[in-house]
Amino acid sequence: MNRDAAKDLLTRMADDVLILAHRHSEWTGLGPLLEEDIAFSSVAQDKLGHAQALYAIMHEHLGAPEPDAMAFGRSEPEMRCCHFVELPNGEYDFSLIRHMLFDASEYVRWSALRESSFEPLAKLAHKIHGELKYHLYHAQTWVIQLGANGSEESKARLQSALNEAWPYALGLFEARNGDADLINEGVFPGEDFLRGQWELLVHGILTKAGLTMPDEFAAILGGRDGYHSEHLNPLLVEMTEVYRIDPSAQW
Amino acid sequence: MTRQDVLDALHKVHDPEIPTISVVDMGIITDVVVADDDHVSVTMTPTFVGCPAIDVMRSDVEAAVRGLGVQNVQVSVTFDVPWTTNRLTDRGRAALLEHGLAPPEQFDTLTLELEVLNNVACPYCGSRKTTLKSPFGPTLCRSLHYCNECSQAFEGFKPV
Repeated sequence: MNRDAAKDLLTRMADDVLILAHRHSEWTGLGPLLEEDIAFSSVAQDKLGHAQALYAIMHEHLGAPEPDAMAFGRSEPEMRCCHFVELPNGEYDFSLIRHMLFDASEYVRWSALRESSFEPLAKLAHKIHGELKYHLYHAQTWVIQLGANGSEESKARLQSALNEAWPYALGLFEARNGDADLINEGVFPGEDFLRGQWELLVHGILTKAGLTMPDEFAAILGGRDGYHSEHLNPLLVEMTEVYRIDPSAQW
Repeated sequence: MTRQDVLDALHKVHDPEIPTISVVDMGIITDVVVADDDHVSVTMTPTFVGCPAIDVMRSDVEAAVRGLGVQNVQVSVTFDVPWTTNRLTDRGRAALLEHGLAPPEQFDTLTLELEVLNNVACPYCGSRKTTLKSPFGPTLCRSLHYCNECSQAFEGFKPV
């Protein structure tokens, strides 16, 4: 297996969920209703667990540093998350649309990874796949409820959030040079394949919600090379504060 | 020292978030090996990948085995055997009910529609005229429901 390419794949997957977990956790105490407050917080906690499990595989099998050092010890250019997860939460409509688009991508990705030739990843995929059903179920239920069964305003706000999120969401599938080796080795099916599966899944949800899939094809890229939006650094400063004061802190 | 001695000791280790159920009945103990030199290794699988209770349970398991006078104990947590709620024992399901949690139904495959959550039996009156309020509850493994028969909100242990 091309270990550098595998490390790149797992780093970008883990960084995406780590950063989005932090964004979701910003809803704790602020959700539009108590159940949503709990839901976003729970999804955040699950995602943090997924990030940690990925960093643990990288540490154990690919020679990466300890999970905490990976999560909290890297500078902004060393992070490999895409811009989509960095964006501020905005209003609930944007957070909800991002939650749905992101978890649809997680769902197709982890479904495929159950067949990965990299055994630790395949085992983790079987586990995570079951949890993701709840994430996507939650997101699609609310998108359909507020899109098809809500008011003109709720539908218009979702459509507007969707149009804004779309080019960023496409950045989830930014392909990398080492991917060809991983595809040949059966580690993962490649970003183009995943994007195709994702578009089918998302199209089905948007149709049920009465929303229109944007026809914008220009993805916002760069995160996988360490070029980030202006929003990542303030997040990292807050997220890594304790670790930077005392890397051995227990909490 | 036999495997059964170890399992008996583990029956006394409870989930810190649901104190009526043991780690054995929860189905998170996937392997117990007692070697000839009384070296004991226990393998556990987490309920949810991000479950914060697993570290507590891991050290409680180790302490319980040491309590049998075993010097060499190794407790590992792996995803080799993925946990699903189908691993709960009958006694585990009864323990959840005792704690006021609706036990999860056995399932073959869970679809994205999660229909299985729609008419969960109310742990208070047994009615199936219930509504799912949210797939997320106070801990990662629970969902929120409402019973239309006895007008009681309740929590379920969600199937995964």
